[in-house]
Amino acid sequence: MGDTINLKLKIWRQKNSKESGRFEIYDMPGVNTHMSFLEMLDVLNDRLIREGKDPVAFDHDCREGICGMCSMYINGRAHGMLKGTTTCQLHMRHFHDGETVTIEPWRATAFPVIRDLVVDRTGFEKIMQAGGYVSVNTGNAPDANNLPIEKSKADEAFDAAACIGCGACVASCKNASAMLFLSAKVSQFALLPQGEPERRERVLRMVAAHDEAGFGSCTNTGACEAECPKGISISHIARLNREYLRASLSQE
Amino acid sequence: MNKLASKIPDGPLETKWTKFKSTVRLVNPSNKRRIEVLVIGSGLAGASAAAALAELGYTVKCFCFQDSPRRAHSIAAQGGINAAKNYANDGDSVFRLFYDTVKGGDYRAREANVYRLAEISNAIIDQCVAQGVPFAREYGGLLDNRSFGGVQVSRTFYARGQTGQQLLLGAYSALSRQISKGAVTMYNRHEMVEVVMIDGKARGIIARDLVTGELERHFGHAVVLATGGYGNVFYLSTNAMGSNTTAIWKAYKQGAYFGNPCFTQIHPTCIPVSGEYQSKLTLMSESLRNDGRVWVPKAKGDKRKAEEIPDEERDYYLERRYPAFGNLVPRDVASRAAKQVCDEGRGVGPSGLAVFLDFRDSIKRLGRALIEERYGNLFEMYEKITGDDPYTSPMRIYPAVHYTMGGLWVDYNLMTTVPGLYALGECNFSDHGANRLGASALMQGLADGYFVIPYTIGDYLADEIRTGSTPTSHPAFEAAEKSVKDRIDSLMNVKGKQTVEDLHKKLGKIMWDYCGMGRNAEGLTKALGMVRELKKEFWSDVRIPGGAKEFNPELDKAGRVADFIELGELMILDALNRKESCGGHFREESQTEEGEAKRDDENFSYVAAWEFKGEGVEPMLNKEDLQFDVVHPTQRSYK
Repeated sequence: MGDTINLKLKIWRQKNSKESGRFEIYDMPGVNTHMSFLEMLDVLNDRLIREGKDPVAFDHDCREGICGMCSMYINGRAHGMLKGTTTCQLHMRHFHDGETVTIEPWRATAFPVIRDLVVDRTGFEKIMQAGGYVSVNTGNAPDANNLPIEKSKADEAFDAAACIGCGACVASCKNASAMLFLSAKVSQFALLPQGEPERRERVLRMVAAHDEAGFGSCTNTGACEAECPKGISISHIARLNREYLRASLSQE
Repeated sequence: MNKLASKIPDGPLETKWTKFKSTVRLVNPSNKRRIEVLVIGSGLAGASAAAALAELGYTVKCFCFQDSPRRAHSIAAQGGINAAKNYANDGDSVFRLFYDTVKGGDYRAREANVYRLAEISNAIIDQCVAQGVPFAREYGGLLDNRSFGGVQVSRTFYARGQTGQQLLLGAYSALSRQISKGAVTMYNRHEMVEVVMIDGKARGIIARDLVTGELERHFGHAVVLATGGYGNVFYLSTNAMGSNTTAIWKAYKQGAYFGNPCFTQIHPTCIPVSGEYQSKLTLMSESLRNDGRVWVPKAKGDKRKAEEIPDEERDYYLERRYPAFGNLVPRDVASRAAKQVCDEGRGVGPSGLAVFLDFRDSIKRLGRALIEERYGNLFEMYEKITGDDPYTSPMRIYPAVHYTMGGLWVDYNLMTTVPGLYALGECNFSDHGANRLGASALMQGLADGYFVIPYTIGDYLADEIRTGSTPTSHPAFEAAEKSVKDRIDSLMNVKGKQTVEDLHKKLGKIMWDYCGMGRNAEGLTKALGMVRELKKEFWSDVRIPGGAKEFNPELDKAGRVADFIELGELMILDALNRKESCGGHFREESQTEEGEAKRDDENFSYVAAWEFKGEGVEPMLNKEDLQFDVVHPTQRSYK
């Protein structure tokens, strides 16, 4: 209790997508180590507003690690240095007194900056709309227990479905590829019987949408898996590749 | 005179909805295409409604303030969703789910609505499984269930501790499919800031593009609000930072009555406040009470570590006071009990405002692996936030604002008192009475969106097939846009000294201190004056940086806080008026000798529906009397 540290923040400031940005440095004395990282930014913004300056814009909403809204690079790592942690769940007790903390937005051509640390992730929407669903209208679904699913398969599908769509995978990838995001959805449905009827079409369409949205190719560096706050495994990309190959070969 | 026609269908409870569905008016497919529906919000209720209405052939526009519909706050629901499947063979049924919900709500909900909800619950599970939602399964491949507070059966379906996420992603995928077909046009990073009324009907909205700050006009034959709860009126709550009341508040000011605004759910198991900088509170799912035991030391001011306190010096107060339900009493009961032991000076942790939630015995009985499988992500979340390991020492928890049972008054069709304006999910008042049971919010959101509104909206739209689109150059749109612009200009021009957060925190403190877990006439009266003062303070001293025509989150927040302040006043008025205790509303003047909430059915068995009468004028109270034909209200007992 009452533990505080002094920090220097080096933050990317950019007015909008058209103007070019730059780093600005802010002194942050007396940071309470029980704060979350975003609460630390709240404190900074409070001060900036009182000084008549523009606060730092950043995306955030649930602040409990599930909505996927928060998105920033902290000291060169997506969501900071802790494994399996979103920015909103990162607490200041993991930083050291006297440290300079560099904060940047996601960097990817497909994620243009809107302001400061806020980026446009519409590319993910396009991928989802291309096939991230089972085509079943509301009503008339059979009784849920008429479709038993092997527990191991269901669990693996769940592991893939845990993706929060934050974009850390894209930001961490040197090619700005969204393969981990894409593969998580393809994999979830490839593992489940519900996904079977559209299996072939889905993967082809989603991969095409991925490329069209300006995301890069996957070269298997594994950076996405290392930085994913939900621990989505790169093995889903392997499954995606199998699915894609299978679908391509069976094309009429 | 009475606009509060609940439109509950005649006939026995069990057949009302079936009869309604087979007799409700329909809109033929070619006409549906020409009818435009605006859906505000993309959580469970909004996304499912937008998708289901588009599947039927309506032309739909859907709006959300986040950068993607997938981020709506339904995503954060942890524990589960109820359904009367009786897969556990433990005696569950539609009737029991209905009965538990009415009782859990302390007899302040409408029987017919709740029965419909229970009836629909099973179809929701079927629908979600068909969409590929990965619910928890047993080794045989069938769906698994667990228990939640206030019930004695296992009817809760779940997906680890991320049920809301998986259900929302299901609804989001259905929505994405309709967007790809062009049946839904999605407006991300847009906020609804006004309802446009033409000839007494809701005919559109003014939306603000949160990236550019531009105002937009959108016409709709009907407007469906699914904008969630208003718990952030307390500043600290388990809601997302952006969750707000603005859409329903605008609707209220355009003539939609506000039902039971003071009914707030304080959730018993949240991580306690740690400091002044705190921006939100994090819930620890109620499901933890399946295996966790709640206790405090028997002695006051016992500062020993939990592990050092022997069993005979611990007070497992829920098990002691409520032997029949034990740690699984409903939320309102558990929260009040926690407050009582802390008020007695037996609270734990640095602030003394916390109780233990202990897994020691379950880990001993079931093994760490099983506890990890059930609650792994919750334990992890707890450790991230507090730095403590709940596998080795108990969690510390305290109640926090979580859900608002109050909301816009709606009839059986989910239409507000404004024709053509609907309210779904948490933003309406309908199904949970004075206290919501765990795992029922997800059920209601999806019931309203997938299975209720697609039928009931036809009843209204059947009369609208000859109504063409109104061009948005119509004077009503013109006037609505101007009033929005004027308000934004006034906000920007205050140029005061206090930040929006300062004022929001002040509001939160007033509401928590006087309109929180315990309420009394003296405190509420005082709070009323304080909130009215705060409103003046806000409009004379708020400071908003930047401009109106740019990405400006402070301006977005300012508009929301201005509305929260006005809503706070209404909540206090409602709490003052309701001189009984019921569910989450605890009037200290009305309690039993044992300190339990004491209802007053003779005088308060009604829905308080408040009507806006103009700025600075007291709102008018309308009453919808509650009829109980099937369930007989008794003093709720979980002993």
